[in-house]
Amino acid sequence: MAEHFELHVNGVARDVHDAWSGESLLYVLRERLHLTGTKGACEEGECGSCSVLVDDVLVCSCLVLAGSSTGRAITTIEGMSADGEPTDVQRAFVAAGAVQCGFCTPGLVMAAHALLAADPDAGEHEIREALSGNVCRCTGYGRILDAVATVARARSGASATAAEDSPGRE
Amino acid sequence: MESPRRLDDALRALAFAPGALVIAGGTDAMVEVNAGSRRDQLARGEVIAIDRVSELRRFRHDPSSASVLLGAGLTYTELMDEPLASLLPALAEASRTVGSPQIRNAGTIGGNLATCSPAGDALPVLSALDAVVHLADASGVRSLPVGEFMTGVKTTALASGELITGIELPVLGGWQGYAKVGVRNAMVIAIASACLATDVSTRSVRIALGSVAPTVIRCPDAEQFAAEHVDWDSTSVEPDVAARIGSIAAGAALPIDDHRSTAAYRRRAVEVLVGRLVRRGFAGG
Ligand SMILES: Cc1cc2nc3c(=O)[nH]c(=O)nc-3n(C[C@H](O)[C@H](O)[C@H](O)COP(=O)(O)OP(=O)(O)OC[C@H]3O[C@@H](n4cnc5c(N)ncnc54)[C@H](O)[C@@H]3O)c2cc1C
Repeated sequence: MAEHFELHVNGVARDVHDAWSGESLLYVLRERLHLTGTKGACEEGECGSCSVLVDDVLVCSCLVLAGSSTGRAITTIEGMSADGEPTDVQRAFVAAGAVQCGFCTPGLVMAAHALLAADPDAGEHEIREALSGNVCRCTGYGRILDAVATVARARSGASATAAEDSPGRE
Repeated sequence: MESPRRLDDALRALAFAPGALVIAGGTDAMVEVNAGSRRDQLARGEVIAIDRVSELRRFRHDPSSASVLLGAGLTYTELMDEPLASLLPALAEASRTVGSPQIRNAGTIGGNLATCSPAGDALPVLSALDAVVHLADASGVRSLPVGEFMTGVKTTALASGELITGIELPVLGGWQGYAKVGVRNAMVIAIASACLATDVSTRSVRIALGSVAPTVIRCPDAEQFAAEHVDWDSTSVEPDVAARIGSIAAGAALPIDDHRSTAAYRRRAVEVLVGRLVRRGFAGG
């Protein structure tokens, strides 16, 4: 059955026309709204590459029914740096060399932002737990954990080290 | 597609389309939808999203009856928060083992119960606590002990047109915990799991097992042996008693060989998990 509804994505009202009832938020974001920063892989919630925020809560967009997300604030990776300036998390990923093929990066950046918004001085345990729903097949995770720890230190003010100065693991 | 805000609207929508696809957190249902099932309901647009039904998203703690009524739509993340984590510690502990943050943020206790997988992590806790499941349809309400609600592998007593509205649990005085074996810590379906809950006022011990039978099972023999052999005055236990409780519990398990593990491994895992929970619960003092 065709559905018409409106989604609020990254602060903008977007019309969705002629959607099928079973379309996931992931599908609508990528295929109808052409926001392809959110990646689709397993489509069963295991890999985290489709992570977005719905009303500031981190979820797998593949497991959200698009038509049930009306009236909610949806934030994708495109909405994290609306002015084109990378966020502190994104800068830390670059500085730490936490990106290889890049496919998992948007989901990981969303998960890191969700963690640090709730717990700005997250320690290693909290970081590992918060990223446990995001799979990366390239990096071995070390530099990703380093990048997020760097931001946590910077945000909590425990260290003056700016994200850009992170040595990563060379 | 309906997205009701109130329970009576949800029940009315369901009475109108009793075969509709009900979606709470979507973490079980959307996996099926993405895999191409549920086509008929979707083709007819018969989908009821209950994630915004306010009555299902609340809980009520009643200190006078020492009970908590959990709305079926509470997520694992919410069950891990205070005050629920202190009122129902084993449920919070089980919730922490579910999937990943993304899954815990969306998945609900009502969805776990309705799916009724033998490996559902909330279910051994509900069984050990003798939960009462509250159900409603457009014409009325009823409630069932959780052991009667769960009828088999992924089958329940939920009738067509009905929703799980709440789950009632006692607030017990005494240690309780949950333990699970899987291949890793995150994102893992239990190979075997166990919940132990003690009730100091009645000097009773409740033990329930997951993933080792078609539904969650209780271990009456192990419970009785434990109640008789632990030292209630010092809340301590002799090591050989703890081990014996584990092995009696393992005797209650009815595990199978499948793609995740073997019956023999599962039985041994139950023995270890239950023994460990007993030692944690009766660590002395
Ligand atoms: C990647 C991944 C990891 C997972 N890991 C775990 C894990 O570690 N442990 C675990 O136990 N589970 C796990 N699950 C399964 C799932 O997250 C849980 O079973 C969860 O509790 C389902 O709840 P939900 O709200 O998402 O259900 P939904 O998917 O919304 O619904 C599931 C079923 O329940 C029915 N339903 C939901 N709510 C009600 C209600 N109130 N009344 C009547 N029927 C209802 C729906 O109609 C549907 O048939 C995992 C799932 C995924 C995708």
